[in-house]
Amino acid sequence: MSDNRLALVGQFGIDNLRQFGKAGILFYQMLLYPPNFRKGFPLVIQQVYSEGVLSLLIIVVSSLFIGMVLALQGYHTLAKFGASQELGPLVALSVVRELGPVVTAILFAGRAGSAVAAEIGLMKATEQLSSMEMMAVDPVRRVISPRFWGGFISMPLLAMIFNAVAIYGAYLVGVKWLGVDAGIFWSNMQSSVEFHADIVNGILKSIVFGIAVTWIAVFQGYTAIPTSAGIASATTRAVVYGSLAVLGLDFVLTAMMIGEW
Amino acid sequence: MPKSDPKSDHLVEINNMSFQHENGKTVFHNVDIVIPRGKITAIMGPSGTGKTTLLRLIGGQLTPTDGRVKVAGQPIHALSHKKLYQLRKRMGMLFQQGGLFTHLNVYQNVAFPLLEHTQLSESMIHTLVLMKLQMVGLRGAMHLMPNELSGGMARRVALARAIALDPELIMYDEPFTGQDPISMGVLVKLVKTLNNSLNLTSIIVSHDVQETMQIADYVYVIVDKKVVGHGTPDSISRDSSSELQQFIQGLPDGPVPFDYPAMPLVNDFLQGGEQP
Repeated sequence: MSDNRLALVGQFGIDNLRQFGKAGILFYQMLLYPPNFRKGFPLVIQQVYSEGVLSLLIIVVSSLFIGMVLALQGYHTLAKFGASQELGPLVALSVVRELGPVVTAILFAGRAGSAVAAEIGLMKATEQLSSMEMMAVDPVRRVISPRFWGGFISMPLLAMIFNAVAIYGAYLVGVKWLGVDAGIFWSNMQSSVEFHADIVNGILKSIVFGIAVTWIAVFQGYTAIPTSAGIASATTRAVVYGSLAVLGLDFVLTAMMIGEW
Repeated sequence: MPKSDPKSDHLVEINNMSFQHENGKTVFHNVDIVIPRGKITAIMGPSGTGKTTLLRLIGGQLTPTDGRVKVAGQPIHALSHKKLYQLRKRMGMLFQQGGLFTHLNVYQNVAFPLLEHTQLSESMIHTLVLMKLQMVGLRGAMHLMPNELSGGMARRVALARAIALDPELIMYDEPFTGQDPISMGVLVKLVKTLNNSLNLTSIIVSHDVQETMQIADYVYVIVDKKVVGHGTPDSISRDSSSELQQFIQGLPDGPVPFDYPAMPLVNDFLQGGEQP
């Protein structure tokens, strides 16, 4: 009995390592065969549209509300210490450094990652990928890679839009509603947000998250078991693993950027 | 496109090939098959004998665990990625579900391989696509989306797409399964006429004995991991081997047992109410 359990643990380990290996090979192929300019470029643009542009609504709406809530909460806490003029820096720093990249990536995993995984999984189940292979068209190059690069391009852009809209939402609540002085709001923000340490690092984070989320999504779709249950679980895994990877990577990246490493 | 050695009259040669799935299930054991050039070869056998797997092995989508699969004189499983894709341009495959791209209409589906692999002008591609669609009788359906087609029509579109690049070899995976008598008749006729008029080599994988025997020049029957008989349709139907006769005549019990392997009935009953 105990032998059996040990074997199961071993099997589990081997299966997982094999998955990592396959994911690594897929990543290598996507990097090695980026879509070529003539045929691949339109495909990537199409994916930027379906992954990026179509995610805009959810990103804009949630960032507006997140910015508004942040201003509301921040104002009341800061006001207790008579520091409500620091609302601008509080909102800007928390959005640009953390909330922007992280929340965008999690929303992106839910909106675009799930769609990509389901689409690729369904293409596999309906033999579209196999027939492409038999037509001597490499599905990694034609289907998988454009989706990966589309996500790679979209994610930082979405995060920047998130940042801008969230800060504007905070401005609406803080300045227009709660009565913080607009000049103080903006000038304090300007003096305490650094371009390199805050903004560039936030964008770097969003690039890393974009790679992780789309890589996980295309891999889950590509290796989905070609049944309805298989595609359902691949879609779920794309979102769950994607979101967890974002949160885990966020800690690692933050630790590296703050300089403790 | 370079033609293979014209002296060899076998387009596909499978020598001593064995194949095992990743989960350890053996599908083929020491199988030898040759596919003569220019003929229609049928590969028949009960469901689950790995007929589709065989086509995937010939197409280089799977690698045999032992033995060799040679297509046009080249060992397909040992080719580099580039050479494999070059060789695949000379093959067409018709999948059971058709495998049409659902985001493209009928015209775009057939034009897809031409756009991917040739530098032809738009009007040239238009002409070629219309010719291929005319061959399968669906020129009028070129603006329809795949979800607007019946099963038989989808297969005919997939067939037009498979012959778009004028391949030497075309593989049909269960082309007659689940078709009404009319579309079945249409497909049988198409397979035959395409093979003759385009000078193709066809491989049909099927378990529809009557229809397949009607058009095949040579038949292989695979039962339980190995080839149990091969020959012309006539000689196959006269063969006295019990394995062949069970399959050809559709007898419920025989060398292929009616019962899935199980422990004796008594033992199963004595196990009580345990759910498996």
